[in-house]
Amino acid sequence: MKNRQKELAELHQRRLEDGNGPVSAFRADLFRMFRKNRAAALSVLVILLLILAAVFAPVLTPYSYDDMDLGNRLSPPSAAHLLGTDEGGRDILTRLLYGARISLLIGVVPTVVSILIGAALGTIAGWRGGITDTVIMRLADIVLAFPSMLLAMVIMFTLGDGLVNVFLTLALLNWAAVARVVRAETLRLKNTEYIEAARAIGVSGPVMLLRHILPNCLPTLIVLFTLNVPAAILTESSLSFLGMGIQPPSASWGLMVNAGKNYLYSAPWICAAPGLIIMVAVLAFNFLGDGLRDALDPHQKNR
Amino acid sequence: MSEILLEARHLTREFPAGKGRMVHAVTDVSLQIREGETLALVGESGCGKSTLGRMLIRLLEPTEGEILFRGTEITGLSAREFRPFRRQMQMIFQDPYASLDPRMSVRSIIAEPLKTWNLCRDREAVTERVLELMEATGVSGEMLHRYPHQFSGGQRQRIGIARAIAAEPSLIVCDEPVSALDVSVQNQILNLLKKLQKTRNLTYLFISHDLSVVRHISDRTAVMFLGKICETGDTETVYTRPRHPYTRFLLNAVPRPDPRRRETGGELLAGELPSPVNPPPGCRFHTRCPFATEECRRTDPPLRETDGRLVACHHPV
Repeated sequence: MKNRQKELAELHQRRLEDGNGPVSAFRADLFRMFRKNRAAALSVLVILLLILAAVFAPVLTPYSYDDMDLGNRLSPPSAAHLLGTDEGGRDILTRLLYGARISLLIGVVPTVVSILIGAALGTIAGWRGGITDTVIMRLADIVLAFPSMLLAMVIMFTLGDGLVNVFLTLALLNWAAVARVVRAETLRLKNTEYIEAARAIGVSGPVMLLRHILPNCLPTLIVLFTLNVPAAILTESSLSFLGMGIQPPSASWGLMVNAGKNYLYSAPWICAAPGLIIMVAVLAFNFLGDGLRDALDPHQKNR
Repeated sequence: MSEILLEARHLTREFPAGKGRMVHAVTDVSLQIREGETLALVGESGCGKSTLGRMLIRLLEPTEGEILFRGTEITGLSAREFRPFRRQMQMIFQDPYASLDPRMSVRSIIAEPLKTWNLCRDREAVTERVLELMEATGVSGEMLHRYPHQFSGGQRQRIGIARAIAAEPSLIVCDEPVSALDVSVQNQILNLLKKLQKTRNLTYLFISHDLSVVRHISDRTAVMFLGKICETGDTETVYTRPRHPYTRFLLNAVPRPDPRRRETGGELLAGELPSPVNPPPGCRFHTRCPFATEECRRTDPPLRETDGRLVACHHPV
């Protein structure tokens, strides 16, 4: 307890020296994270590289992602095809770069949507309590009670294939966990004196949520975001592997692994490259999320 | 005598304590606060002071009883009907670290009441008003865009006070406003509160466990013990001639700065505070009172006019 107080006092002092307010304190936290946590720093680099690769895919490769070259099927890595070609004679590196577009999009878009939904429902449930809380949280429990892959398959099956439907499925799947965390955070904040002060001033419910509760949930939401992106990428990969996600000839990493599974022994490079890149991307986001959580959680500071 | 601003009648608040039991935080409390005065509410920790204070401005709903503000009952009002009264009552909190939103600048904090009540027509007017309030409470205007963590406890409390007076309320509940501050700063804040009371015609309910602070600032004092008021009257009367045994013990316990007078303090109170889950029958103080008789164990004494103040005791000393 004593130690903790000292820690807080030191932290407070450092923040005073750091400069102007939570924004820069927040920046200082991030800076410290990158200095101390090499994995997180490296992760940011990897993620940036992946984004650049996705954006500049057409510049980086002479082929197109659906250029069939049937005379050149299943050729191993060579100077012309750095990572080889697949069963349709398409360049794997090219498809990997274009696949990054879809896979990253699928990591980010549904995660943002699910966090918006989860944050809205979570704060409302925590703030209103009573019947509102019960209805929202039981709904979340229902979503969480199903094995997520099974639920994803059912929803995909009902909606049909396609990028937008993958977005929808993932958003429908992930909001529940976000809502739970945000609700808990809201309950904690509700008991703080500055929320009571705002009530004494006469601040109304919606304004309270937007002005006080949500801004104070922000660090939690950022961490949730970085942890949910890789989960979404993995779910999409699984769905595509099972043939329920993105349809060929579009390229996504999961789809590529799926295409390669029939040639696992004769042409292992088809599976290996996208499999590896999924792993790298997922690890990068996870390390970044861990780093952010440590950096933004006062209990972990100064270690 | 000036008009009565706020009146509480038979206020009771119970909290569920699990297993069907209840914490009797405040039991059957009636009191009046007059326009322009400072009423101090004193008592040891856990006696229900803060619960009572919060009930009076409807931050907590009473289990029973009614509250009248300028003669209008405000207890039964819906949120909408209560809104015009909300602006009239504000609060200053004990912990200046916890009561300011860490993600808001000083400007946004002090501007919040102004925006909530639409008191300024545009952004410049808000900033101007915020600067006025900062000047009135002794916070430098240069700090406008700073954040709470960049201030000391005393300065934070000044910001909290600026926020409380921004909407020009008539009643402010001060919940231990100086107990988290060190002594030199305490005095500055108390003087600030006094000054503001004079210039802005404020009425204070001043909750504190520190009797020397209370004597410094209050016109009248109400002493609470275990959810009930045991003595209330003019501060000087209560301090110089306490009639309730509990008040007497409380005053004896005030630390004396002069070491030569330390020995003359008199008797101190022994024993533990009885549990508010299961308060003793009869007079709630009888388990610790050296003068308790059979009557005290059986019947609860009502507040009676005794010697120019109200005392709830069968055998006033």
